[in-house]
Amino acid sequence: MSEKVIPDPLNIIICGVGGQGNIVASELLASALVEKGFRATVGETYGASQRGGSVMSHVRISKTLEYGVLIPQHKAHLIVGFEPMETLRIARDYANKETTTIFDPRPNYPLGVLIGEAAYPSLQEVEDELCDRCGFVWKIPATDLALSTGNFRAANIALMGALTALPQVPVEAADYDRVMAQRFPEKVLAQNQEVFVLGYEAMRELLEMNR
Amino acid sequence: MEWMTTLDSPGKVFLLQGNEAIVRGALEAGIHFAAAYPGSPSSEILTMLGRIADKRGFYAEWSTNETCALEACMGASFAHARSLCIMKQNGLMTVGDALHTCGLSGVKGGLVLVVADDPSAHSSTNEFDSRNMAVSANIPMLEPSTIQDAKDMIPYAFELSEQLQQIVMIRTVTRINHGRSNVVLGELPKSLRPLKAIGEWDRFVGINWFHESQWEKMDQAGEIFEKSPFNTYEGPEKPALLIITSGTGRLYSREALDTLEEGMSVEVFRNHWFHSREALDTPEVRNKIGILSIGTSWPLPERLVLGHAKKAGKILVVEEVDPFLERGVAAILGKEKDFSVEILGKGKNGVLPRVFELDPDRVRNAIAKALGVDAKDEVPAPAPAAGVTARELTFCAGCPHRATFFIVKQALELTETQGVVMGDIGCYTLGAQRAGHYLISFLGCMGAGINAAEGLGQLNRFGFDQPVVAFSGDSTFFHSCLPGLVNARYHNANMLFVILDNSATAMTGFQPHPGIGRTAMGHPAEPVSIQKVVEAIGCPVTTADPYDVEGGIRLVYDLLKQPGLKVLIFQQPCVTAHIRTIEKTKIWVDPELCRGDACGCGRFCSRIWGCPANIWDDANKRAAIDEVVCAGCGVCVSLCPAGAIKMVEKEAV
Ligand code: SF4
Ligand code: SF4
Repeated sequence: MSEKVIPDPLNIIICGVGGQGNIVASELLASALVEKGFRATVGETYGASQRGGSVMSHVRISKTLEYGVLIPQHKAHLIVGFEPMETLRIARDYANKETTTIFDPRPNYPLGVLIGEAAYPSLQEVEDELCDRCGFVWKIPATDLALSTGNFRAANIALMGALTALPQVPVEAADYDRVMAQRFPEKVLAQNQEVFVLGYEAMRELLEMNR
Repeated sequence: MEWMTTLDSPGKVFLLQGNEAIVRGALEAGIHFAAAYPGSPSSEILTMLGRIADKRGFYAEWSTNETCALEACMGASFAHARSLCIMKQNGLMTVGDALHTCGLSGVKGGLVLVVADDPSAHSSTNEFDSRNMAVSANIPMLEPSTIQDAKDMIPYAFELSEQLQQIVMIRTVTRINHGRSNVVLGELPKSLRPLKAIGEWDRFVGINWFHESQWEKMDQAGEIFEKSPFNTYEGPEKPALLIITSGTGRLYSREALDTLEEGMSVEVFRNHWFHSREALDTPEVRNKIGILSIGTSWPLPERLVLGHAKKAGKILVVEEVDPFLERGVAAILGKEKDFSVEILGKGKNGVLPRVFELDPDRVRNAIAKALGVDAKDEVPAPAPAAGVTARELTFCAGCPHRATFFIVKQALELTETQGVVMGDIGCYTLGAQRAGHYLISFLGCMGAGINAAEGLGQLNRFGFDQPVVAFSGDSTFFHSCLPGLVNARYHNANMLFVILDNSATAMTGFQPHPGIGRTAMGHPAEPVSIQKVVEAIGCPVTTADPYDVEGGIRLVYDLLKQPGLKVLIFQQPCVTAHIRTIEKTKIWVDPELCRGDACGCGRFCSRIWGCPANIWDDANKRAAIDEVVCAGCGVCVSLCPAGAIKMVEKEAV
């Protein structure tokens, strides 16, 4: 494990659009942490937003204390975004100059954009502003990674793989194997593990390249 | 995760959702009976109970509405069953009468009512505070402040209910129901307690005769609550600021003490007593702020509150939605002779906003204001640069409602009159927004649409001749539209009643209802046919498939032309409820046939039809299908004026 000092509480936000598997991802992460003896809390904001709205989960990890389920503004240490514009929306409220952000650059267009009344920001704009707000910004093509295995719903798992490769997060791939094995039938488990590794490796490569 | 909630290993720690914790608490309490109607944020509770009921030997049902659920629990309690009833805030309003009589009759077997409030109305039409109902019905009420509490309070409430022979209400909020945290499991009973026969002279009657004895039960509850383990105090003996809080306010307040200090400005650093992290941990600083967390919110433990208040320099009340505790505390202190202390809380001039949920920042700011210090973060975030647009809610790709609203809109336009569309509660409520072409102009509570339409449908005697359409979902139909339909039929209102039968309570997570043929416990049941019910009431009824858009427009137009009451049932299963079980049909755009902006359709598929899977390929200036999102319903195929959207033809059998 890393020798890095992990802040207490460690605040992680997982955000995206309804239906992208946000809740599953945060539940897996927090369960893996609880199994390792941490105190974890998760706050999910989805409401009626499974119908295409924004969703976010706050995951908080502590060695000792129970925290409220919501992270105060600008106190996120890590942001995992399943969608570029949603990542930026959340970063505006919760990021600070030390925040590390991982996001999938594949856009999911809101109704207003599809109809042509609103414009979707260019990926460059999103990235520039994220870099302006956060300490580190990493792009992980999670949906493409998932699609490459024919499992388009598993982008969330790819991103959890990527998150796990970061030194700040006190979980290992093996911890996920355990909690995933408790939750998924064998076939789905194997598919998810494959995608998890792809995400993990993608993040590792990025970290290596930027050494 | 059902396996966690049923595990017989006391002391084991799991990450549980608040609703899972409530399920676990119910098992530890040894319930015999559970009944609920779905409503966010409470729906997961009965879904899980239903799945494990057979295994644990109890009974669970999705009742047709909340009143059915509560009164069924009252019946079960009569035979000394431990009964758990679950609903959301809006449901509680519909059971007001039942709850008030239950409060008078008292109960036999423990009866616990879990009511989930939705501050900020994340998945509701409105926010309000259910705690007021406990006061009106004159019954005891508890409020968990953590996920662990949510579990522990269930067995506690059952004990209390049987001790007092009174129904006990537990009020949760979204952040408890949908939050997750470490929960330590307790013991499961080896077997369920046997029931008792109802004797000749046993009575369960809610009449005014019992009003005085009801009050005596409240007196007794008040005494018990003075020593309840769910009321905790952390802080110095004589705090300069006493925070009185319930629910989520406890953990937010605790954290605020830390974050406030981080954000302190230099002046405050010099001038104020709690200026550094180290200082916070010194006894001197902890001597200033105390947190009194109340888990037994009604009746309030008066002596406990008074005892702490008398030692405080100032009081701040932190709670979700209404200033409920605040009024209670003020009432207790107001009765004290020669005593006064400043009470801060919600309101126009309060330190906490009077609408929307609490969050750590709001609580921190309130505490800072109460202390008269600066709560601002030193590092302002950069100004927004890129354009981030709102993510409006819409129907899922392939949702039958998209087709239905399109049909009704087209048909109303054909009548060349201004139609009036009354909405109701469900996914189709989105018909009031862009997703439904803003068609819905009236929206009330469950079942309000048909009744309001009936009213409008009587106004032709004043020359009112606009066509009136009311929508209802299938679950809503059973829940609260039946009396309305009888009323409309008996008085022959001029209106078209459209039932959107998608074989699911989709909005809340696809729970079964009486039309489905499967119970909460997964047992088969003979479905109640909506069509037969409507026919039996004596209404002319037509059924149609909303995916046949052209046919639907003609049909609705014809029905709108006819006088009197007409009923139309649009039948097509909710695509999202079934997406994982169906083989998706492949849909694609033929780039040769789609002529892009030269077509003259105005990008019909993405701009007007608006299915989230009908996207625009900017690079090729052509329509496209997002294969990840598309459900393969094929409706856009039938609508594209150029015939450019293609689907794999189903082989003729
Ligand atoms: S077939 Fe067309 S209308 Fe149906 S889900 Fe796919 S894109 Fe949407
Ligand atoms: S959940 Fe079902 S009914 Fe609701 S919007 Fe989606 S497809 Fe339509």
